[in-house]
Amino acid sequence: MMTSPFVAQPMPLNRLMYRVIGALLPGMAVATWAFGIGVLVQVALAVAVALATEAWCLNLRRYPVRPYLADGSAVLTACLLALSIPPLAPWWLVVLGTFIAVGFVKHLFGGLGQNPFNPAMIGFAALIVSFPAQMSRWAAPLALAPADLDAVAQIGLIFTGHLSSGAGFDAVASATPLDAIRTGLLQRIPLADILGTPKFGALGGAAQQWIALGYLLGGLFLWQQRVIQWRLPVVFLGSVFLTATLFYWANPAHYASPLLHLFAGGTMLGAFFIVTDPVTSPTTPLGQIIFAGLAGVLAYLIRVLGNFPDGVAFSVIIMNIVVPFLDQYTQPAVFGRKKGGRA
Amino acid sequence: MREYFFLILSTVLVNNVVLVKFLGLCPFMGVSRQVSSSVGMGMATTFVLTLAAAAAWMLENWLLLPLGLAYLRILAFILVIAALVQFVELVIKKTSPALYQVLGIFLPLITTNCAVLGVALLNAQEKAGFVRSTLSGFGAALGFSLVLVLFAGVRERLAVSKVPAAFAGAPISFMTAGLLALAFMGFAGLQLG
Repeated sequence: MMTSPFVAQPMPLNRLMYRVIGALLPGMAVATWAFGIGVLVQVALAVAVALATEAWCLNLRRYPVRPYLADGSAVLTACLLALSIPPLAPWWLVVLGTFIAVGFVKHLFGGLGQNPFNPAMIGFAALIVSFPAQMSRWAAPLALAPADLDAVAQIGLIFTGHLSSGAGFDAVASATPLDAIRTGLLQRIPLADILGTPKFGALGGAAQQWIALGYLLGGLFLWQQRVIQWRLPVVFLGSVFLTATLFYWANPAHYASPLLHLFAGGTMLGAFFIVTDPVTSPTTPLGQIIFAGLAGVLAYLIRVLGNFPDGVAFSVIIMNIVVPFLDQYTQPAVFGRKKGGRA
Repeated sequence: MREYFFLILSTVLVNNVVLVKFLGLCPFMGVSRQVSSSVGMGMATTFVLTLAAAAAWMLENWLLLPLGLAYLRILAFILVIAALVQFVELVIKKTSPALYQVLGIFLPLITTNCAVLGVALLNAQEKAGFVRSTLSGFGAALGFSLVLVLFAGVRERLAVSKVPAAFAGAPISFMTAGLLALAFMGFAGLQLG
């Protein structure tokens, strides 16, 4: 029998972080099933680099290495970055991106809990701006792959850049669903024909939609565990959906259905694992609604009208800039007082 | 109307004068330590940049081009901008002491803000019309003010974080500015309108 006082224990940081990492597992598993062992290789590389960078930075800053290393935050950053880059990308891509994310964006800005920008998303943005060719070379999902791509071939491709037969990446390359829509529309192929290819399923990409469902499942687990609150993901998804509906309604021959935009690209991963980052999102309810709402609109606009294959990363770091203001100007009134602190 | 709206929106976000064209970096780094002063600087710059864009258009199209003096453009623009800033300062001081209190100390600084000269020169290069020139000056100034104030907000937060000693102050501010520019690359190629 327990005795008083019954004080609620806040969840320790490491348990929280490992719960988030655990919630990534369904999505990660589906991604591995869809794209092969390359996904896990990227995750492993990223985690190794993240831990090494974290330990090095902690050591330089004279922090105790072991407890901070065990908090799981670096591992989470690494997983998020590794899951957003192409599974068969060359190994140095994820290594560089993780080093930037953990070393520059996290530790130089003060370390755990202090960074104004989302480390994984800055890592992603830095990579896609610096290496657009490597970052947009996605392999076809295994079910649709033209060449036989076993585990050895995938690992070879990641570390040597070519298959054992000597063929380059082009033998297995395939545009992502979002890229297929973009390039198809540029070639004036009707949208219905593009969506009719086996690349697409009922919701989004034929394989990508299941990955997105995996992330959705993980996100619901986090919500049920009270690791995240409903506000940020729901407003973000709603905002993407509404913006996409508006465009779809204006011109359904040119803009894909809102449902596709929820289940393609990084929308689901972003909604439950990126936008909800407690460090780089606002703390006030109104601030969170503005943050997630604008991030959703920007994500859609950049994805559909901009230069980059997806808009989630950019929209999140653009909104990160605004967070200090949102935190300051959306503070709710203290109980019993009027807004602004007056009695 | 619609065209002008998107012109302003694209000069604010897609072609941001600070983060995409890298003009006006000195006040961007210099006056962004506090939000309050960055707001004053932003308002003063908006005022001057819009006027300067309009004045530079008149100078270019009514004086320099008809007389074949285009090679004097930089010199003439600097002169006009400097004179304009001094004139604005005098007028504000006499007519609105309260506004002068807010903008006063920033006005002389703007004379040397390369964004003001840069926007005027870009307008001359693109041979934009009067309304377009003035609006792109206004849009550039809005974009400048927006990122200046946002940057100041982030810097205020950085001032209380545990940034490693070697990176505290200017270095981390430059890194933040770099990340801001990276974020704004997301707007690149956005076809508005």
